[in-house]
Amino acid sequence: MTAYFVALRAIVFREAMRFINQRSRFLAALVRPLVWLVVFAAGFRAALGLSIIPPYQTYITYEVYIVPGLCGMIQLFNGMQSSLSLVYDREMGSMRLLLTSPLPRWWLLFCKLLAGVTVSILQVYVFLAIAAGFGIVMPTIGYVYLFPALVLSGLMLGALGLFISSTIRQLENFAGVMNFVIFPMFFMSTALYPLWKMAESSPLLRTICAFNPFTHAVELIRFSLYAQFNGWALLWVIVAFAVFMAGSLIGYDPARGMVRKVRA
Amino acid sequence: MVTTLGVHDVTYRYGVRTALDGVSFDLDSGRFCALLGPNGAGKSTLFSLMTRLLVTDQGAISIAGFDLEREPRAALARMGVVFQQQTLDLDMTVTQNLRYFAALQGLSGKRAQKSIDAALDRLEMRERSGEKARALNGGHRRRMEIARALIHDPTVLLLDEPTVGLDTGSRQAITAHVHDLADTGLLVFWATHLVDEIRDTDDVVVLHQGKVLAHDRARNIAAGKPLVDAFIAMTSGQSEQ
Repeated sequence: MTAYFVALRAIVFREAMRFINQRSRFLAALVRPLVWLVVFAAGFRAALGLSIIPPYQTYITYEVYIVPGLCGMIQLFNGMQSSLSLVYDREMGSMRLLLTSPLPRWWLLFCKLLAGVTVSILQVYVFLAIAAGFGIVMPTIGYVYLFPALVLSGLMLGALGLFISSTIRQLENFAGVMNFVIFPMFFMSTALYPLWKMAESSPLLRTICAFNPFTHAVELIRFSLYAQFNGWALLWVIVAFAVFMAGSLIGYDPARGMVRKVRA
Repeated sequence: MVTTLGVHDVTYRYGVRTALDGVSFDLDSGRFCALLGPNGAGKSTLFSLMTRLLVTDQGAISIAGFDLEREPRAALARMGVVFQQQTLDLDMTVTQNLRYFAALQGLSGKRAQKSIDAALDRLEMRERSGEKARALNGGHRRRMEIARALIHDPTVLLLDEPTVGLDTGSRQAITAHVHDLADTGLLVFWATHLVDEIRDTDDVVVLHQGKVLAHDRARNIAAGKPLVDAFIAMTSGQSEQ
């Protein structure tokens, strides 16, 4: 068992080193949600009235509403960034080094996933600290409850990135992922507007949003920030994680997955 | 006696195109064996199958007596690999790269440190251990990858065209270094298309169009002629058929 944790520690350390060496990546990950919070939310504050819906017990400003969605956004983009670096590693060869380790492949992929989640959680807490500087403060206990929610949502979104990386043959194809995965997932969720608001304009869109796993990741984060438990969101996130992880394991299985189709 | 590296009737297809067709050979410890073949012969495919990046459609590969399909962990643990593409993390130091690889092999603590120290001595790079891999030249990076592949004390060392892109001096130094490793009892399996990297006493497996054309000592394959001439005659004759 020790060998498993030795490998886990090494992979997390390597990801952390990458993160430290790529400070621009850290800044970019923070600038994106901060622009949404400071610019976008300020513009929409007047246009978008929000009624009292759980977990909120009073009227809230739009900035407060979108904070959980922006936490999810950080993790979504981080999952895709990890996916991109996996494709890069595969093309450059360092992924081969990982996959020829004598440890089970599922464990190696899980370590890679966990390393990415660790980085994304750090980013989220830094973002929340900056948001607090703008006066958007959550209940103190919410920051504690948030941690397990971020682990789960990070694992789910990271597993999605892992699955996508197993299906992409070339780095150049990654732009398509932005257009067909990240943007639809983000905009067709409760990150920017609640489901009831969407139902007012399009019941179909509301239904699509309700089936979007990212919606449930955002709701899990939202409820945990207010020290509340959303069982339905938790179930969705766990099921989606299991599905994406299974897809990733098949994708990286040399006997069955997409890697088999890529000429060595 | 257990064969150190056994490849038995291995066939692999990319869709309808057959990349390897019934490839078989056995190799023993303490030998330097070159897998010689022109570009597109199937060397990289065979290499990917040996490292379990791909799995065989048909046939079996064993490392130190462990079947790669049935006991992949035991087989991979006895194998050191140097890929054609460089796999160092250029932003990590020499020591960090070695420690990362040791951890992927499940080594930690004093055992890992002992192996890393031995690798640094072998590289004669103790004084540069704190430098980033990016600071090393191509030859040193390659030597470092070879030393890294030996950290877990494998039985077989696989190298896929490791001298590609290196200058003549670095190529000769690395080729000599790896021949020395074979003299210590390691089985070295060296994929190449460069005949001048092979010595008369080396074993050679000639691979062409996915098939083994010859497996013998280099001097026997050359049969009194320069090896390059024998190799060209062998592969061009096959291409015309």
